Amino acid sequence: MKSTAIINSLENEAIYILREVAAQFERPVLLFSGGKDSITLVRLAQKAFYPGKIPFPLMHIDTGHNFPETIEFRDRLVKELGLELIVRNVQESIDKGKVVEEKGKYASRNMLQTGTLLDAIEEFKFDACIGGARRDEEKARAKERIFSVRDDFGQWDEKNQRPELFDMLNGQIDLGQNVRVFPISNWTELDVWSYIAKEGFEIPSIYFAHQRKVFFRDGMIWSFDDDVVYREEDEVCQELTVRFRTVGDMSCTAAVLSDAADLASVVQEIRDSSISERGARIDDKRSDSAMEKRKQQGYF
Amino acid sequence: MEVLKIATAGSVDDGKSTLIGRILYDTKSLTTDKLEAIEKTSKQKGYDYLDFSLATDGLVAEREQGITIDVAHIYFSTANKSYIVADTPGHVEYTRNMVTGASTSQASIILIDARKGVIEQTYRHFFINNLLRIKDIVVAINKMDLVDYSEEVFNAIKKDFEALMEQREYSDQNISFIPISALKGDNVVNASDKMPWYKSKTVLGHLEQLDKKNIFNSGTARFPVQAVVRPKTEDFHDFRGYQGKVYGGDLNVGDDIVVLPSKTTSKIKEIYFYNEKYDTAARRSSVTITLEDDVNISRGDMIVKSDDLPQINKSLNAVVCWMDSTALKPNNKYTVQHGVNKVLAIVTDIEHKINPDFSGIDKEAAQLEVNDIALVSFKLNRPIFSDRFQDHRTNGSFILIDNNTNNTVGAGFIQ
Repeated sequence: MKSTAIINSLENEAIYILREVAAQFERPVLLFSGGKDSITLVRLAQKAFYPGKIPFPLMHIDTGHNFPETIEFRDRLVKELGLELIVRNVQESIDKGKVVEEKGKYASRNMLQTGTLLDAIEEFKFDACIGGARRDEEKARAKERIFSVRDDFGQWDEKNQRPELFDMLNGQIDLGQNVRVFPISNWTELDVWSYIAKEGFEIPSIYFAHQRKVFFRDGMIWSFDDDVVYREEDEVCQELTVRFRTVGDMSCTAAVLSDAADLASVVQEIRDSSISERGARIDDKRSDSAMEKRKQQGYF
Repeated sequence: MEVLKIATAGSVDDGKSTLIGRILYDTKSLTTDKLEAIEKTSKQKGYDYLDFSLATDGLVAEREQGITIDVAHIYFSTANKSYIVADTPGHVEYTRNMVTGASTSQASIILIDARKGVIEQTYRHFFINNLLRIKDIVVAINKMDLVDYSEEVFNAIKKDFEALMEQREYSDQNISFIPISALKGDNVVNASDKMPWYKSKTVLGHLEQLDKKNIFNSGTARFPVQAVVRPKTEDFHDFRGYQGKVYGGDLNVGDDIVVLPSKTTSKIKEIYFYNEKYDTAARRSSVTITLEDDVNISRGDMIVKSDDLPQINKSLNAVVCWMDSTALKPNNKYTVQHGVNKVLAIVTDIEHKINPDFSGIDKEAAQLEVNDIALVSFKLNRPIFSDRFQDHRTNGSFILIDNNTNNTVGAGFIQ
């Protein structure tokens, strides 16, 4: 007798949440960055709606500073699954004068994504944005609901959140509000990697050890790309074997020294790691409450 | 890997966040960068020890005031299990937050300050654990280092708590008493050498040996339909599948079933998880099932085995935990969300308020304020297919939504 009891409870939970989004909202969208968490979401959606098609489009808020490997991977996945992909560019928001490019050594377009995202939500009248954020990533995210209501300005009112009981999800909102949905809230980084390894999902090559031109700053390894990442003259470029644990904007994502060249060795490396995933995100190091402040402004 | 969800309960300063921080530290779940941040902030605050509560208090206001405001979820794992801890605040809004945290948990930890013993708050914490029928409870008597690790103090508190246990309505619980010091790390993850008189398990040791099969309140199979899938593609031309999560018990291919509310009968033809077929849909799995006959089913309907029907009722009697600052009053209208099914409800009566400390009931209550618990009756515009909460933890519960604000304003436990 073959029983579904062998299926992981986190996977069951995520599928249940995705089905609720499709049923409770008029115009949901899945925010897709090409990173491992959003790839996992797409694969979970594929399972949730089978043999039907995924009933919502994907949207990528493109900072213009992406790793080329990620974009190449994104386009291939969308084609393979026959999905609709919407791309909105931070560059366009800058050109229109809606947001201003940051200056200086630590300039990043990560913060600027918020403006472009809010504009896109308005443009398409999305009422639910599905994202791959996890509660274990960061302590402000640990307080996040699975259905998280945002007001007309996209803001998160962290002190006044709806209680979430049992597994009942209340998606009732007023016109103009939208809900951010986090189906893999309860997954840890290791859960995501173990799942990708077990399922054998394809992921962008930058997650695996490769030779890359990099330089060191503040004890972290930055990708060398003079068009995108600001570099002091004394910050010397060298070629090392590295991989990325998290894939965001090139200007705020640091690499780690690693020989993990396949999924099994990546899982092993995460298991043994003593540094958190967000430890390689320069944007969170700005202050102890960096994430909470960004979320209040509508950041994912 | 097996996932165990745990809720914590304790008053302000009982050391809840410290306990969780200690578990994270001793299970080596705190990464170096998080640990460095804790060291740095502890030093800034002038402490000569590591303030582990900094690992969990995530909001600026929480760190400023040194208190926990909102339910935080904390994750750690051992070789054996993955744990999700709902860290719930112990002060003002405790009832609302504790009920929320406990509603998804299979076990709970109640903290008691060894210097203060069983206090009024402890009554409330235990009451809510009892209301939610949490089967496995660890009573962690904390700050033993401040009472010289005294066995007498521990035994006296245990005795007081046992007296409290006699007042409970739900008695099918496993309750373990563990003397700990979260700050010093005694009996949390590692056994203490300061309390040789305590011979039993540490807090983590106890959680490690819990068998999930025994803690999950089971019942009979309930399958609320989330969606109907009809792809109408070439490969699946006549496919009509019902998607949802199975609750309570298992469903098998060949089972005789009834669809509610139409009461149409049929048999389960196939069970899918993604593109694979199974013989059994185990409880808590998200599956797609097909039936032998073409049946008219829509979202919110329920498929159950024909030999075990739920109650089909247009009226409801439930213990309600009220969570909103606007009061619940007779004749008010709300949406009842029961699983994925939504119906309109009108409050017909507040029968009595229940003091959340085992001290009795108040029959004169005219309305419910935030954090009140009461027996309330409702009339519904359409029937729901429910069980009593004591028989079925999932199908016996619902939430109340205020249609003016869209907020979740209450939780209900069907009687």
